Amino acid sequence: MDLTRMTAAELGAAIASGETSSVEVTQAHLDRIAAVDDRVHAFLHVDTDGALAAARGVDERRDDGETLGPLAGVPLALKDVIVTRGIPTTVGSRILEGWIPPYDATVTTKLREAGIVVLGKTNMDEFAMGSSTENSAYGPSHNPWDLDRVPGGSSGGSSAAVAAFSAPLGIGTDTGGSIRQPAAVTGIVGHKPTYGGVSRYGLVAFSSSLDQAGPFARTVLDAALLHEAMAGHDPMDSTSIDAPVPPVVAAARQGGTGDLTGLRVGVVRELSGEGYEPGVEAVTREALARLEKLGATVHEVSCPSFGYALPAYYLIAPSECSSNLARFDAVRYGLRVGDDGVRSLEEVMSLTREAGFGPEVKRRIMLGTYALSSGYYDAYYGQAQKVRTLISRDFAAAFETADVLVSPATPTVAFPIGERANDPLAMYAADLCTLPASLAGLPAISVPSGLSEGLPVGLQVMAPALADDRCYRVAAALEADRGHPLTEEAPAL
Amino acid sequence: MSEAAVGITRDEVAHLARLARLAVTDEELDVFAGQLDVILGAVARVQEVAAADIPPTSHAVPLTNVFRPDVNVPCLPRDEVLAAAPAAEDGRFRVPRILDEEA
Repeated sequence: MDLTRMTAAELGAAIASGETSSVEVTQAHLDRIAAVDDRVHAFLHVDTDGALAAARGVDERRDDGETLGPLAGVPLALKDVIVTRGIPTTVGSRILEGWIPPYDATVTTKLREAGIVVLGKTNMDEFAMGSSTENSAYGPSHNPWDLDRVPGGSSGGSSAAVAAFSAPLGIGTDTGGSIRQPAAVTGIVGHKPTYGGVSRYGLVAFSSSLDQAGPFARTVLDAALLHEAMAGHDPMDSTSIDAPVPPVVAAARQGGTGDLTGLRVGVVRELSGEGYEPGVEAVTREALARLEKLGATVHEVSCPSFGYALPAYYLIAPSECSSNLARFDAVRYGLRVGDDGVRSLEEVMSLTREAGFGPEVKRRIMLGTYALSSGYYDAYYGQAQKVRTLISRDFAAAFETADVLVSPATPTVAFPIGERANDPLAMYAADLCTLPASLAGLPAISVPSGLSEGLPVGLQVMAPALADDRCYRVAAALEADRGHPLTEEAPAL
Repeated sequence: MSEAAVGITRDEVAHLARLARLAVTDEELDVFAGQLDVILGAVARVQEVAAADIPPTSHAVPLTNVFRPDVNVPCLPRDEVLAAAPAAEDGRFRVPRILDEEA
């Protein structure tokens, strides 16, 4: 039995019953990483000793007769934007190269409490700004379906690790699509929770009103199990929602029966057409037909303001980033360049930020500085915030006639590495489908819907705030209809 | 997407870089000026929306006055925090000079 081919739910059950041990499971995944990661480059740091020690801890607890949680002993790939005490955290940037955080993010703490074994930290676009991992200061990750293509981004290291069977579970963060887009192009499941559903304490901030961590897995049930393990109110994050975690595991099991009778599905007209590959649209149409076959009713809805989501996002996110990244001042952590005893703090700060940030980060900081500056604020940032209101209103109107809204998760399949690297606007277009739910703070999942010319396509399922369970129910029904996870069809690495 | 240039100049980009504490090079100024001009032209589309009576949304989940219990908890261990800093001295962060010497 190849432990790396099993689902997280299966592994958790096998560890709890004593059929296998967490050490065996963890070692199998470390071996897989050693075998494939020179080609995939999903990981920036593999914590071999820490992972095996955590695995031994879980095995000892089981041997002592403790009842373990459903994911205890199961390994996971953690995006390098989530801080980990004693384990390097770089955020894909030179400015934090070698930084060892003195504390754990709440997500990290929750993983440890659930007995989940962190294998290591995964590659990402620098400061989560990008859609391909090509903006990582440490080189791109590669899509396991075609190593010459991107695994999406910014959470592309985690999506590549899960799709490559190097980990059954991964964690990403999503500001404008950075979980859903990489999930779609690597053929796995990725969910962005309702904003505030998962604590942001210890998530290195990019755009604080949008950033949200969430799960990756090869099956919907596995993603739901991880969602439950990482979500919940946290007093350390003032934007964390003080409400029960939506019943996502129950919804995944219910959806797994393949019955969607009575569910009203709205197809967003504005998330199709120009800019969308014919292959992606064809697979999406097939998915809609399958939803109808499973008992759902499907109708078209119009959300006219969605056409302004991309320009609004690329004002709001850079504005927030220009403020958030001011903390990298060469004083408290990370890089310091040019401190010769003569230069002033301001000169050292400017030289450090110049040396430590890559081009996309600099572009966005300057864009945000412009949008927030006196004389331009109303025309850019202020106007973008009004568009945000209009997008939320479009969602509210659409949810009057639909329980969930669907669209492709990405306009295209995975693009070749290098194709968009020097064209910021083309790169930004990869987030076309995912931005509206980000701006409105709504939950949205990407579930594999099929293949276009041998490459994965994802369907995005969006739901009202705190109705994350609906996303999982629909995704699980589509998965059940296929009969197996899409990654079973991936070429061998 | 419309990509009408807004006409941001090289000097304006240099000013932005100074405000953002980025010691960009001359070559970068040329590249960024062109790219920011195209990006700003694209995002300026938000101005097409007539929105005089639309309230702005800064945050998708409306929250006001979020408090947590006022209890004493240990702070981060000082030595670990300072060990992660670029320079430390006498249990504090050491910084380059802040004021001009000849004051």
